[in-house]
Amino acid sequence: MKKDTIAAISTGMTNSGIGIVRISGSGALRTADRIYKGKRKLSEVPGHTIHYGHIQDGDEVLDEVLVMVMRAPRTFTGEDTVEINCHGGTFVVRRVLETVLKNGARPAEPGEFTKRAFLNGKMDLSQSEAVMDLISSQSDYALQSSMNQLKGNLKNKISGIRDRIIYHTAFIESALDDPEHISLDGYGEKLRTEAEEIMEEINKLIASADTGKIMKEGIQTVIVGKPNAGKSSLLNVLTGYERAIVTEIEGTTRDVLEEEIRLQGLNLNVIDTAGIRNTEDIIEKMGVDRAKDYARNADLVIYVVDSSRNLDENDEKIMDLICDKRTIILLNKSDLDMIVTEDVMREKMRETALRNGKNVDDVPILVISARDESGISEFEETVKRMFIKGEISFNDEIYITNARQKSALQDAAESMGKVVESIDAGMPEDFYSIDLMDAYESLGNITGESMGEDLINEIFSKFCMGK
Amino acid sequence: MKYSANSVWENKDEYDVAVVGAGHAGCEAALATARLGFRTVVFTVSVDSIALMPCNPNIGGSSKGHLVREVDALGGEMGNVIDRTFIQSKMLNSSKGPAVHSLRAQADKADYSRAMRQVLEDQENLDIRQMEVTDILAENGKVTGVRTYSGAEYRCRAVILCTGTYLKARCIYGDVSTYTGPNGLQSANYLTDSLKALGIRMYRFKTGTPARIDRNSIDFSKMEEQKGDERVVPFSFTTDPESVQIDQVSCWLTYTNKETHDIIRSNLDRSPLFSGAIEGTGPRYCPSIEDKVVKFPDKDRHQVFIEPEGKHTTEMYVGGMSSSLPEDVQYAMYRSVPGLEHAKIVRNAYAIEYDCIDARQLKNTLEFKNVEGLFSGGQFNGSSGYEEAAAQGLMAGINAARKLQGKEGVVLDRSQGYIGVLIDDLVTKESHEPYRMMTSRAEYRLLLRQDNADLRLTKIGYEVGLIDEERYQNLLEKEKMIEEETARVSRVNIGTSDQVQELLRSFGSTPLSSGTTLAELIRRPELSYEKLEEIDKERPDIPISMKEQVNINIKYDGYIKRQMRQVEQFKKLENKKIPEDINYDEIQSLRIEAKQKLNQIRPVSIGQASRISGVSPADISVLLVYLSSR
Repeated sequence: MKKDTIAAISTGMTNSGIGIVRISGSGALRTADRIYKGKRKLSEVPGHTIHYGHIQDGDEVLDEVLVMVMRAPRTFTGEDTVEINCHGGTFVVRRVLETVLKNGARPAEPGEFTKRAFLNGKMDLSQSEAVMDLISSQSDYALQSSMNQLKGNLKNKISGIRDRIIYHTAFIESALDDPEHISLDGYGEKLRTEAEEIMEEINKLIASADTGKIMKEGIQTVIVGKPNAGKSSLLNVLTGYERAIVTEIEGTTRDVLEEEIRLQGLNLNVIDTAGIRNTEDIIEKMGVDRAKDYARNADLVIYVVDSSRNLDENDEKIMDLICDKRTIILLNKSDLDMIVTEDVMREKMRETALRNGKNVDDVPILVISARDESGISEFEETVKRMFIKGEISFNDEIYITNARQKSALQDAAESMGKVVESIDAGMPEDFYSIDLMDAYESLGNITGESMGEDLINEIFSKFCMGK
Repeated sequence: MKYSANSVWENKDEYDVAVVGAGHAGCEAALATARLGFRTVVFTVSVDSIALMPCNPNIGGSSKGHLVREVDALGGEMGNVIDRTFIQSKMLNSSKGPAVHSLRAQADKADYSRAMRQVLEDQENLDIRQMEVTDILAENGKVTGVRTYSGAEYRCRAVILCTGTYLKARCIYGDVSTYTGPNGLQSANYLTDSLKALGIRMYRFKTGTPARIDRNSIDFSKMEEQKGDERVVPFSFTTDPESVQIDQVSCWLTYTNKETHDIIRSNLDRSPLFSGAIEGTGPRYCPSIEDKVVKFPDKDRHQVFIEPEGKHTTEMYVGGMSSSLPEDVQYAMYRSVPGLEHAKIVRNAYAIEYDCIDARQLKNTLEFKNVEGLFSGGQFNGSSGYEEAAAQGLMAGINAARKLQGKEGVVLDRSQGYIGVLIDDLVTKESHEPYRMMTSRAEYRLLLRQDNADLRLTKIGYEVGLIDEERYQNLLEKEKMIEEETARVSRVNIGTSDQVQELLRSFGSTPLSSGTTLAELIRRPELSYEKLEEIDKERPDIPISMKEQVNINIKYDGYIKRQMRQVEQFKKLENKKIPEDINYDEIQSLRIEAKQKLNQIRPVSIGQASRISGVSPADISVLLVYLSSR
């Protein structure tokens, strides 16, 4: 399988001081030679060295550059790699890339450098997945979590669990292979406790997957409320600029606006919706219907109430819609005379709860003023508390951020459950190791480690057998 | 060192197959080819050592018992012979699940050896020849015959190497070493060089055996008696179960103690293992007593089993205390064990070193990849144990015959039998020690039970030609009856009659609140097919062995189905064949180590490739991508 040479801009497309074009593949040096003018040909320099020179497209000098030459296999991808550090802005970097592409490289697909690194055995599966997450991660939390996975925290955690599983399997197996030397009497009970502990650890990791998803993909947030309750104003405050058109006229927002905002290190994908009310206007009506759809699928609903006006049947409709969602209620326009106080709102919510048979006692109700930007920081704190449990912030906790890992963990947890079932059903000990080994293998799939001779080696290293 | 002092002459007896060695592998190999109609000669350094058991006096044991059953199901001989010559028998792990039940019999060593020799002597097409083979003759990468120490050349079309521990064998204890095979028998010192000249890579392995002690010098009152099972189960599916209900002899259990360990520790410097005088690699599963003391310093005692070597000798085997310590230390060490205070040693414990091959040079038919027609089996392939040897000998014999018949080889996969696991491991995985079969090596052991070896393999034995028509028809009948009875039991409804509730109570089982099927009741851990006989009015009269199958089929149904799904997954990768002409060097993304390993082993399938140590899951992904883009 001959690998062609790929290239891409490996820094963000911002007007930063330096932009890097990375080329990887067996033709990387050849391509670079064609466009680089310096003291020596790059194909003749040793690996892991830096060279000063110019990049030219034909006779045209594009930029003054530093070129880093790294030879296989000691590179990220495991292939010959050239990195061109350009000094120009976005435009120049793009020109340099185009020139590289004209001279023997093709554009890299998203994640292709990582894929090559994996295929060349430079990283295990969980590491390469983490790099992919890193590339596409959106928030600081996700970034941190990817970094942790990359450093092997996930691998260490999984390995720890695997070690425990294989120790117990090896003990059972050594007794089966050498029944006259090693006895399993009473072992079931001991293993049961251990199996439940292991299951709990795995389940914790699975639970982290949901947080992991939120960190990586952001919180799907929908702002709802009656027309002119101040939904768009809130969005503008949160995003910091006038994204939505704000007017005094009810029903100004007729469609749905989407905005991505950064809040306490979390990403909120905020959808501002048309105000929900009974309306004859067809376009507005469509907007209202879509608002209801969005609210149903959201991770978080922000219900904005105009506290200067009385609640009416439209509010009741909204409350019915959101009472089984994770919700924050904002009593807006605290700068005006407040008619709807927190107490009034609580009472209303309680009625809604009775009507729907739901418990809504812990729905946070905050008083804000979008106009004065007061109460906004309390709101941000509340969101953070709701999604990131107090104990986990920028620390070393591990989050499962991808579906393959999650499903492997679920398999492992299920297998451990079967171990407990077998123990409870009074099955003989050899049945335990069937599911123990399944769990071991599922976990191995996360780190890309296969079973091989692990069990045999564990048996011999830990237990004394033999004639 | 090429021996050429003796003048060469050609023996004109016509043979198709030459088997080198008449141990447990050689006997099965020679019997298989002869029974399949090929004129076979089996060479041995001593006719008196045919089917010799130079180490432990038993056949079977955990997972090894499975092998014996499988050999029998395929038409091999070991099971028959041990059924006629055992002096004690036990079903190990009988309190565990059916997958790990395993038969182990104490053999009368001399009887066993004599009985097997008789089978060989009576076998049509089979000649026994006492002579050391020194050379394998080959032309153009194809075997043409063998040459013996006396200079005689035997022309044949296939050769099966079953040299056991005899190649350049050296026995060692303390600073004493003798260049002999086991039991002081003559070693075979020339063949290794001939094999090397054929381009075969050799390893040097080591194993050991404990002392034999005169039973008249043992005080059994200080030991625990170990009796055989009350009801003995035969190894062979063809043995009449009533014929094995004999008077059994006992074994005895005692323990080492702190004094024993002190003696060993203070003399470790005199052990050839620790001084470096032994270069071969020893097995981890069969450690010498000095190994155990060093490796497990926290254990204050180790078990010692005293086992008779036969009915017509006073020699007793000291299981658990193999050693290569000097003779004087051996005396002190053994005599520190309760009951052995006045022990008289008949034969010293010793370690033995021998040449064997890196079995990754073999195809999974046990034929050498680089020498056509040359097969090998047994300890020569880097395994250990009589049962492992017999299993390989049988398969090597079958496949040598298939080759001469112009038929495709018979390869059992890991889901078909322990034999499949054994051979796949040997030809695929790197091993630095003699390989022993273990139940934990078999991924699908719930399906690979000793009780169903005939159902798994006898059809194959029939197709090969080692199972006769009558036995085959009996098998088909058995299969049908099990199937019908399993189906019936799943259908039969059981009501809540007083008789039923009473029976359930008598086994400590919760009474029924409403009716259920017989199968549901069988699944309760405290119940079984047999126990429910009283309330099963329509039950047909079927043999015990079939009742056992019905019980297992029903009781472990859920687990069995899961295991079968695993097998399906496994088969998917096994069925992804790798073309023979694949050029691994061309696949750039493979790591260098993986390329080397793949080039060396040349696996037949992705499945086999995935089991090679040094080939990572990432390499397998690369291979899959490469194959799909070819």
